[in-house]
Amino acid sequence: MLLDSFRWIVTNSDTATGKRGDCLRIGGGPMNALNTQQPKLEVENATKVYTTASGDLLALDRCNLKFQPGEIVSIVGPSGSGKTTLLWAMSGLHGLTRGTVLLDGKPITAPSPDIGMVFQDANLLPWRNVDANILFPFEIKRHAPDRDWIAELMHRVGLEGFGQRMPRELSGGMQQRVALVRALSFKPSVLLMDEPFGALDAFTREEMNHLVEEIYLDTRTTIVLVTHSIDEAIFLSDRVVVMSARPGRVAHEHRVPFARPRSMEIMSTKEVFDLTNAIKVEIVGDQKSKATSGRKSVPAVAQ
Amino acid sequence: MGETDAIPEFSKAKPGTASDLGVANMSALAAGPDIRSAREVFAIIAIAVVVIGSTEIALRAFNVPQYIMPPPSLIAEALVTDFPIILPQLGHTLVELVSGFSIGALIGLILAAVITQFPFVEKIITPYILLLVTTPMLALVPLLILRFGFGYTPRIIAVALAAGPMVMINAATGFRRVDRGKLALARSYGASTLQIFWKIRAPMALPMILVGLMVGSIFGLLTAVGAEMVGGGFGLGNRLTSYSSMIQMPQFFAVVLILSTLGILIYVLFFFIGKKWASWEA
Repeated sequence: MLLDSFRWIVTNSDTATGKRGDCLRIGGGPMNALNTQQPKLEVENATKVYTTASGDLLALDRCNLKFQPGEIVSIVGPSGSGKTTLLWAMSGLHGLTRGTVLLDGKPITAPSPDIGMVFQDANLLPWRNVDANILFPFEIKRHAPDRDWIAELMHRVGLEGFGQRMPRELSGGMQQRVALVRALSFKPSVLLMDEPFGALDAFTREEMNHLVEEIYLDTRTTIVLVTHSIDEAIFLSDRVVVMSARPGRVAHEHRVPFARPRSMEIMSTKEVFDLTNAIKVEIVGDQKSKATSGRKSVPAVAQ
Repeated sequence: MGETDAIPEFSKAKPGTASDLGVANMSALAAGPDIRSAREVFAIIAIAVVVIGSTEIALRAFNVPQYIMPPPSLIAEALVTDFPIILPQLGHTLVELVSGFSIGALIGLILAAVITQFPFVEKIITPYILLLVTTPMLALVPLLILRFGFGYTPRIIAVALAAGPMVMINAATGFRRVDRGKLALARSYGASTLQIFWKIRAPMALPMILVGLMVGSIFGLLTAVGAEMVGGGFGLGNRLTSYSSMIQMPQFFAVVLILSTLGILIYVLFFFIGKKWASWEA
């Protein structure tokens, strides 16, 4: 059944090349001037089918997204909406079944040093101390590290004097700071974050959100953040993209029009309250409708 | 800098303060089970003194003949007086152990690293490795002597055959531990297969490799001594058979004592290597 619908998608998307019919786009807002620029990162018609023992699974369905230079965009959505699949495709780590990802207008086929990635858990190498973990990318690339820049990053995230510590001696928040420094050490122009602070407690998480914004204000790196926390998405982002459950589609987009640096106080304004609720309704409503109708025809497979 | 006055609730909590660190974890680390207090060391020595002392007294009190069980004092005496005779034999055993183990471990490590890259090959070959692990290589020694004579060769081959599969099976377990996140991290910087092997797979496998090396070297020691007992005119195993045939029991036990010490030294060696290179894994 799913295979049939996939065939339908293939044949239809062939005829519908260039059209963005499926994806709702809400333009306008303060970033409008930027829209005439070359997008930093562009996802075109992204479709991903996982072949599993119980049949093919359509994880992503014709997603189109544009990320402007210096924009922070969060991707939220229910479990199984292909958020992580999309992000990994954008990093060049996993391929797409159909569609392309463009970095500065050029298609991405393999991981690029211009894209930094922060993973779900800090993903540090436990046999290396903090310094050696941060130098890991330079060893792989056989590049001389920019030590001044790394020292500045270490200072910025509060890791000064922790270079010789082993990862297990650090708390989760500190480990994630190391991962952040590692990802930024190469001065990437895009930072992809895959639920980076999901394992941290609420307080540490807020602290990390402030840190990300601070670094963003310094570097103006384009940031794409996959998160389960609507608060985090709203606090950090210029735009929040809401994805729908299987198959993952871009369902809604919201602009978050607050000036930076933002303070936690914006989180208690009526605008944020309404926005949070709207996103919640979109996610929960989507899950409910999928549970009653579409769910039957889609085999549930963990991605 | 993000203006601190804009975010007052965070200006107080500067990152890097003690509360942000796993201080509890670090103290737990410092007091590992390997570090013993003076009291514990005293207790260990006291047990040895009591056991050895009471054995000595009991053996003398009941007039147990020497050929059944010599008292510890006589064993100690034999250890000192016969040491010049025993020492070269220890040298022979060490030559067999070190060369056999090195050959076996090297082949085992290379095989483990290569085979785990090809799951299909691994599945096919694993039963045969299991066969090598479970077969007592001592059984092959008479055959090896027939083919290679009474020199070092059959013993070195037997040691390599005993240690190699042990190293391989443990190392393979280590190499099989794939951490998707760490592999993705390496790939995201464009790491080559070789870089992934040396910088991710090998360090991740190291704790299991060390276990394999330790078990393999102990097995190698057993096999070396066993092979010496089966045939040939030198080595500590040969001393054991000749002393027991001449009912020189103090000398016999002196050799046993040296062998136990050798085993413990092997264990301690790998324990400290592990502490230095694989302590990241709790």
